Amino acid sequence: MGSKRIELKGIPVSPGIIIGKAHLVDRSKVKVPLRKIDDNSVTYELDRFKRAVEKAKEQISSLKNRLPDRLREHAFILDSHLMILNDSMLYDATLKRIKKDKINAEWALKESFDEIKSLFSQIEDHYISERINDVENVVQRILRNLAGYRHDDFSDVNEKSIIVAHDLSPADTAGLNPKKIMGFVTDGGGRTSHTAILARALELPAVMGLCSATKQVEDGALLIVDGDTGKLIINPDDEDIYYYREKRIQRQKLRSSVLKEAHLPAITSDGYRITVMANTEFLDEVFNVKEQGAEGIGLYRTEFLYLSHQGFPTEEELFEDYKKVAEIMAPDPVIIRTLDIGADKFKDKLSVSNETNPALGLRAIRFCLKNPHIFRTQLRAILRASAFGNIQIMLPMISGLKEILDAKNLIKEIKDELSRKDIPYNHKIKVGIIIEVPSSVMIADALTDYVDFFSIGTNDLIQYTLAIDRINKEVAYLYEPFHPSIIKMIKKVVDAGKKGGIPVAICGEMAGDPLCVPILIGLGLKQLSMNPRIIPFIKKLIRSLSIRELKNDIANIMQMAIPENIRFYIMKRMQDLFPDMDVLGEYFYTRGSQ
Amino acid sequence: MEIVKKLKIKNDLGLHARSAAMIVDLINRYNAKVYFRKDDQIIEGDSILSLLTLACPKGTELEVKIVGKDADILMRELSLLFDKGFGEL
Repeated sequence: MGSKRIELKGIPVSPGIIIGKAHLVDRSKVKVPLRKIDDNSVTYELDRFKRAVEKAKEQISSLKNRLPDRLREHAFILDSHLMILNDSMLYDATLKRIKKDKINAEWALKESFDEIKSLFSQIEDHYISERINDVENVVQRILRNLAGYRHDDFSDVNEKSIIVAHDLSPADTAGLNPKKIMGFVTDGGGRTSHTAILARALELPAVMGLCSATKQVEDGALLIVDGDTGKLIINPDDEDIYYYREKRIQRQKLRSSVLKEAHLPAITSDGYRITVMANTEFLDEVFNVKEQGAEGIGLYRTEFLYLSHQGFPTEEELFEDYKKVAEIMAPDPVIIRTLDIGADKFKDKLSVSNETNPALGLRAIRFCLKNPHIFRTQLRAILRASAFGNIQIMLPMISGLKEILDAKNLIKEIKDELSRKDIPYNHKIKVGIIIEVPSSVMIADALTDYVDFFSIGTNDLIQYTLAIDRINKEVAYLYEPFHPSIIKMIKKVVDAGKKGGIPVAICGEMAGDPLCVPILIGLGLKQLSMNPRIIPFIKKLIRSLSIRELKNDIANIMQMAIPENIRFYIMKRMQDLFPDMDVLGEYFYTRGSQ
Repeated sequence: MEIVKKLKIKNDLGLHARSAAMIVDLINRYNAKVYFRKDDQIIEGDSILSLLTLACPKGTELEVKIVGKDADILMRELSLLFDKGFGEL
C-alpha cells in the first residue's frame, strides 16, 4: 500500500466521524466529439437521442418515487428537470439539428445547450440565470446515457463507502441510500447549499469545499472524514485509524452518557442556575435543539431565507417560519435576531454602491433602517408570530442610542397597525440588542433604560475591538477571545446590566468554548447561547463549577495583561477540576475551537 | 378557438423555476397551444426554459394567446393561477 497520506481541510457541513473506502464519482464532463453522419444514419441517430432522453426520464422519475419523506418538499427540483428534458428548446431543437446538419446527437445537443446558455447569460436576475446549472445537469445526464455509461445514481455502490465527488446536486444527494453511503465529501459547495441541508436531514457526515479532493483521492482508497472539524485524511496511517476509531467510540460513549443528563438543568456546584440556550438558523435544526437540552433559542439567525431566495421573502413566508419555531419551542423563548447582513449580499436585488470595507459598512441594523420596507416586512412577520410563542426581538450591530430609538419607533408603528386591524401579537414583546460594537460597551449603562436585554456577540466584538478582519489570513492569528480587553469589556456589560436591572446573555462562539465558559460564569453571566450540539457538554461542565471559586479566579485573571497567561491559567484550573478529562478535553478542544 | 388576454405576475418572486413549472404542468393537461408575449418577445408556453428566459419580475404584464379546442377553460385556469400568484400570495 505505498499510497501517500494526504490531509485536506474543508468546510464541516454535517457532523460525525466515518472511516471507509472511497467511491470516486467521475463527474468530469463527458467529452463531446463532432461526427458527420450520412443520410441513411439520420433515423438511427434520432432514435439514439430519443432513447437517451427516455432513459433519463426513467432515471429521474424513479429517483422521485424513491424520495424519502423528509425530502418531499424538494421534489419540485426533480419535476423541473423532467420538464427540461422535454423542452422544445432542448429536445425539438436537438432533433432538428441532427436532421438538418447531419451531425451526431451529442454535438447537436451541445449546440442546443450552448444556445440556451447564451440566452440565460443575458438574464439579469441571478436566481433565474443560475437555473442554467439545472439545464447542464440534465444535458450531462443525457450525454452519459448516449455514451452508454451505467448511470451513477450510486445504486451500483455495493459495499459501504464514502462518496467523493466534484459536486453533488441536491438531486444526487436526495438519491443517496444511507444504508450504503456512509457520507460524502465534495470539492465545491458550502454550509448553506441545499446539498448540505439534505446531508444534515439524512444524518450523513459530510465535508464540502475541499477544492481538490477528486484529484487526490483514488477510487477505493481508504478515507477518514471528520464532519466535526472538516478534515479529510486520504490513505491514513495506522496511527490515524487507531486515533479516529478511538475518537469515534469515545465520542459515542461520551455523547450517550452526557446526553442522558442533557435535559437536566445546569446548576453550579454551589447552587446557581445557568440558562443554556441554542444558536440556530434552520427550521429543520430546531427539532433537534430540545433533545440537546436547550432551554430556548438564544439566537435565531434569519439570513438564510433572504440568501436562498430570488427577490426578498414575503411576510407570509417569514411569518410561517418564525411561527413554527415559536410553537416548537414554547414556552421557552425564541430570540430572533433581525436581518444581520451586509448590503453587498443583495447586489442582484438592490442597487448598492461598492464598499471597500463591508465589515464596517452598510450592514445589519444600518442596512435595515436604511431600507425600512425590508425591515418592516420582517418586523411585521416577527410581531405576528409572537402571538404563537415566546418570541423576543434582538437588534444586531447597535452602535448608539439613535439606532435603538429608530428601530423601536418602527416597531411601535407596526404594533399600532396590527392593533387597528385586530391582528394578534404579543403587546409586551421584549426588544433587546446585541452588544458587539465597542461603542455600545462603553455606554451600556446608559442603554439599559431603553432595552429589555443585552446579548453579547463576542465574535464581532473581538473583531471590532482588536481591529482585525477574521477572514484576512494575514491577521487572523490576532483573533483572541482571551485578550484581557475582551474580558474587561464583557465585565463592563455584565455590571451595567446588573445595575440597570436587565438580563445579560452571551451568544458568540465564546459561550460554547469550554475554556471560556468558566470565565464567563465567573464574570456573572447567567445565560449562555451556543451551537446546540455542544449544549450537553457545557451543561456537564457547568455542573462541576463553583461560582464562588471562579470569582477568585476572575480576580487573578483581571491582573493579567497577556492572553497566553489567561489561557494557561484557566487550562490548568480545568485540568485540576477534571483530572480524567482526556476524552472530555479532547472533544472540548476540537469543538470549542470552531 | 382563439382567446387573447393580459395577465399580470402578482407574486413577489416573479416567474421563477417553481412557478414556470406550474404553468407548463397546467398547459400540458389541455389540448391547446399557448403563446406568451412580453414586449416584442413571443414564446411558447409549454417550454419551461422559454418561460424562464422571458425573465419576468413581479408586476410584469404578459399577453397570453391560446389557440385550440380547450382555449376557454385553459384561459380560466391560467388566469386563476396568475391571480393566486402561483400560490405564493
